[in-house]
Amino acid sequence: MALSGLDIYKLLPKTNCRECGFVTCLAFAMQLAKKAVSIDKCPYLSPDAKKTLETSGQPPIKLVTIGSGEEKLAVGNETVLFRHEEKFHNPCGIGSILNDNLSENEIKKQLDIINKLKFERIGQALEVNLVAIKQNSTAENFLKAVACVMNNTRLGLVLMTAEPKALKEALKITKDRRPLIYSLSGDYTEVAQLAKEFNAPLVAIAQNLEALSSLTQDLNKQGVSEIVLDTGIKPIKDKIWDLTQIRRLALKKSNRSLGYPMLVVVDKNDPVEEAMEAASYVAKYAGIILLKNVNTAEALSLLTLRQNIYTDPQKPLQIEPKLYPIGNADKNSPLLVTTNFSLTYYTVLGEVEASKIPSYILSVDTEGMSVLTAWAAEKFTPEKINDSINKSGAKEAVAHKKIIIPGYVAVMSGDLEEASGLQVIVGPKEAAGLPAFLKNL
Amino acid sequence: MELMFEKWAGAVSVLNIGATKEEGGTRAKTIQIGGEKTLPFLFAEGALPHKPVIAFEIWDVPPQDWPGEKDVLSWAEICAKDYGAELLCLRLQGSHPDFGNKSAADQAKLVVQLLKKVSLPLVILGCGDDTKDNLVLPACCEAARGERCLIGSATQDSYKTLTAAVLADGHNIIAESPIDINIAKQLNILISDMGLALERIAVNPTIGALGYGLEYAYSIMERARLAGLSGDKTLACPFICFVGQEAWRAKEAKEAGIEQGILWEAITATALIQAGADLLVMRHPKAIEKVKKYIGGLFRS
Repeated sequence: MALSGLDIYKLLPKTNCRECGFVTCLAFAMQLAKKAVSIDKCPYLSPDAKKTLETSGQPPIKLVTIGSGEEKLAVGNETVLFRHEEKFHNPCGIGSILNDNLSENEIKKQLDIINKLKFERIGQALEVNLVAIKQNSTAENFLKAVACVMNNTRLGLVLMTAEPKALKEALKITKDRRPLIYSLSGDYTEVAQLAKEFNAPLVAIAQNLEALSSLTQDLNKQGVSEIVLDTGIKPIKDKIWDLTQIRRLALKKSNRSLGYPMLVVVDKNDPVEEAMEAASYVAKYAGIILLKNVNTAEALSLLTLRQNIYTDPQKPLQIEPKLYPIGNADKNSPLLVTTNFSLTYYTVLGEVEASKIPSYILSVDTEGMSVLTAWAAEKFTPEKINDSINKSGAKEAVAHKKIIIPGYVAVMSGDLEEASGLQVIVGPKEAAGLPAFLKNL
Repeated sequence: MELMFEKWAGAVSVLNIGATKEEGGTRAKTIQIGGEKTLPFLFAEGALPHKPVIAFEIWDVPPQDWPGEKDVLSWAEICAKDYGAELLCLRLQGSHPDFGNKSAADQAKLVVQLLKKVSLPLVILGCGDDTKDNLVLPACCEAARGERCLIGSATQDSYKTLTAAVLADGHNIIAESPIDINIAKQLNILISDMGLALERIAVNPTIGALGYGLEYAYSIMERARLAGLSGDKTLACPFICFVGQEAWRAKEAKEAGIEQGILWEAITATALIQAGADLLVMRHPKAIEKVKKYIGGLFRS
């Protein structure tokens, strides 16, 4: 838990010695609370107070990074149980597991598909993040597979092996990529040393939270600080219980030993069932999700759900404000105007597409507000719309001089006609009315 | 290590759909939804006595933009016999002035025929045109008197006629609010003020499909459920989510082949189930099969 300025003040010497550069201890405490200065500035702090302040400054769920460069994945650092309380910060990593008994060609083929799992939705790039290589055969095969994966994808790597020797060799090959270590052996003695030596994050696996908690404390003592938690393969409801408990204990009880992102392995053969199980964990607190299948539709649906769940509820997604031709729109197509709030735009778009009538949608920059909100906040005014008509080239795109406005802002018709010189037609209040409206236009 | 259990003061209300012979109706069984005493699937923390239930959506007229059967009676029978439906959701789209403008008397007759054809409990929906629905739905309520259907939808602008009809003929009501928790609460209060118990209301929070505003309904549902569990009875009604209708409007569902469409509907349902959905109205039999299996897995002890 973060301490308030007053909480911190109580821990300070209260001598107002000014050596920290502030006039009073209280002023210094306030700056500490804002994380604007370092506690090292106070030379008289007791060791106990220093320790308290240092741990209070850490996030309750540690940020763990896997990979390097552009494809670096950062998970953790979450602060709430429900996204409406603030937001979910770091979108969970999604990846698939490749077995080392595949031939090099098969691995390349799979990577070909995985590397193409990139989509664009509502102006955001969506992609999978990780490829795990699992040892099912000899160490030699495992290392070959690791090398092959490393050379054929830029995504983050997860090394799944039971043999510390093979792990060490794999870490040597991949050390510049900062892979995640997933040891299948259950013995962490050598593995912890390797994680430390190669500065790689490590998955701590234990079936129950008690064992998991002592394992992470143990690993911590051995100098491993970037840890990811896994409670093994269980029925969905049991996983949700573990994920919820870990999140609650880390956030509400400041349990440091469980304050790490969580990893789940989904073990289902049917791609729809696999996607549904994974979707449950996207919603319920997973930091990393590893799948068996590599399938475009499945990846798209999971990445889309991740985008939804990790959207900041206070900052609506926006689309680029401009003129969008829908279908084979031409000079005679109707021209509709709406806001640039992505949900509004995509709802209108869906209905216009459903009407099968080629149209233009002019999206006005309302800073991501919906029609009525934007109108009330004066972001969707006749002047703003006219501005947008002129800048977007809407007048050149259509030969007619008509524009359709949402029914909720019918009141602006006169002013907009005056400002734009276009004939204003009042459309339906709800987008659902558009197909019927456009057909009768 | 001490785990963290929340102590919830409230519980979601239990809604009964369908009345059996003993209860004055003709349905083979009664479907119960709601009753949760904790957040979705935290079984160790509180009771979740009733599984989320899926209703097959059927239309009185052949749908134009998704495949259905021409005859609604045989459609209902296919759902019941071939797909093992537990619940049907009849949308009276044909009442709409643009889709056939069927009369209240005709629609009431259809409801009677459907009740004879299948013994499943029913959800009955209007066409969305308030004026017409206020004529048609009361006639259907009367025709299905005593069958304890779930009828919708009441909105903030139009709830009085439907509430009165539902009250008179012993049904339940769907209260629809536009992704707004305050309106949802307000509408529940308005309806219960007319004498219809809160236990007879299902809330339609108005969902968006995966990728189309799903997260708004997701968070409204989480907030309402937290309020309900904390003791606010006016927000403790079960949720009904129109998953099929929204999912199959998504570009990703329509344009990339049927498998992706099925996935889109199934994942939309999954996310909403995790937010607390109690009744899902769905379309594709394969998606329904998968979601039903998923729900079964969640409840397996």
